[in-house]
Amino acid sequence: MEAALDLSPLLLTLKVALLATLLAFAGGVAGGFVLARASFLGKETLDAILTLPMVLPPTVLGYYLIVLIGRNGALGRWLEDRLGISLIFTWQGAVVAAAVVSFPLILKAARAAFEGVDRNLENAARTLGQGEPAVLLRVTLPLAWRGILAGTLLALARAMGEFGATLMVAGNIPGRTQTLSLAVYDAVQSGNDALASTLVLITSATCVVLLVSSSRLLQVRY
Amino acid sequence: MIRKRLVLLLCLAALAVLAPRAHAGDALLVSAAASLSAAFKEIGSAFAAANPGVEVSFNFAASGALLQQIERGAPVDVFASADQETMDRAQERGLIVAGSRRDFTANRLVLVVPAASALGLKTPADLARPEVRRIAIGNPALVPAGRYARDALGPALAQTLAPRFVHAESVRQALQYASLGEVDAAFVYASDAAGAADKVRVVATLQTPRPIAYPAAVVAASGRQALARRFVDFLAGPQARSALERHGFGG
Repeated sequence: MEAALDLSPLLLTLKVALLATLLAFAGGVAGGFVLARASFLGKETLDAILTLPMVLPPTVLGYYLIVLIGRNGALGRWLEDRLGISLIFTWQGAVVAAAVVSFPLILKAARAAFEGVDRNLENAARTLGQGEPAVLLRVTLPLAWRGILAGTLLALARAMGEFGATLMVAGNIPGRTQTLSLAVYDAVQSGNDALASTLVLITSATCVVLLVSSSRLLQVRY
Repeated sequence: MIRKRLVLLLCLAALAVLAPRAHAGDALLVSAAASLSAAFKEIGSAFAAANPGVEVSFNFAASGALLQQIERGAPVDVFASADQETMDRAQERGLIVAGSRRDFTANRLVLVVPAASALGLKTPADLARPEVRRIAIGNPALVPAGRYARDALGPALAQTLAPRFVHAESVRQALQYASLGEVDAAFVYASDAAGAADKVRVVATLQTPRPIAYPAAVVAASGRQALARRFVDFLAGPQARSALERHGFGG
């Protein structure tokens, strides 16, 4: 190898994956709760539509995302004019791409987990004088936590490896938006197989460490 | 319990946001075909050395993806494509400064076989022999190299060989199939073959109907037109040419 290994893709990947998972977590848990509890017309259709990011090939999804949030896109123009934010070719754009791709994993898991919660236990808490926020935080969430956690870890892993949509939205700019997956692609494209293998090892090791430690950290025992 | 862990998680997230940024991002941004990546990184350093105070960043992807990004307002200054068709489309849509467009390097299409191949293939016509079972070729619908290969073979031979074709989604993939010995032969660029000389052997150079030339141009929406034009000119200069030749490019 000609130079010392550049670790900026690793730091960037961690930053992007953690933030994307956080975003997907907020949206996924809220969405999963609504889908599990509310009943309204077209609920299953909405669920299916929200799952589409898993189905679409990531490059296609990436294309739709830049159509939407690019500087010529409807949302992108609004963001730029009103808030001065441009997401395309930035690491924040990578966060958006990874969050959209990994969001359905949390949504699905959270919905199933909330649906599995015994409503009698919630009602018991209510008869004991607990308000709705307390029921949610002290009964429903703890009971659904394992399922939500499983989905969140899957989402984190997916966000770590996100490639296609990120390549379109954030670009593959070394030192700025090049995550580990993009660095692997770059190394393969330029025929540097040794570097590609090293990067794959780093990605794998990081992912294992991250998953094991976050699983430990987030596991709640009662 | 949950609250404590959530606080911890939020701290982690905050840490992630505050993590040091690599670059401020006020550099000349060049979108280039992924196959040019290694050569362009060298050229970028040379350009920065020749122009003190100038920083060059690259964005490497497939030419078609780069075009879509530019079309959607990505802040790109220079576009370098691996084929003329993509650049033609950019020009038709007014995305590049037509007068700045120039071909800066060329490539040759070659037929490679796995280094251990014992079939003794010498010419594209040999591919019609019955013992040849699988041939890797870039999907002609997506990959310029696949189109070049099909055109170079001519309609008759291309049709004979069609049942043996394994379509790859990039030239790199075609090369990997050959490197791993999964196919009997593959159509790749000379620049790709040069980087894998220990795994594949070049047996023939194909005559393409048109030379395979790589165009570059200044992006019309760029805010750094003069500097972008200087970079495009630099690509055709002697320093860039020697870097490109080191990576197997050039007629």
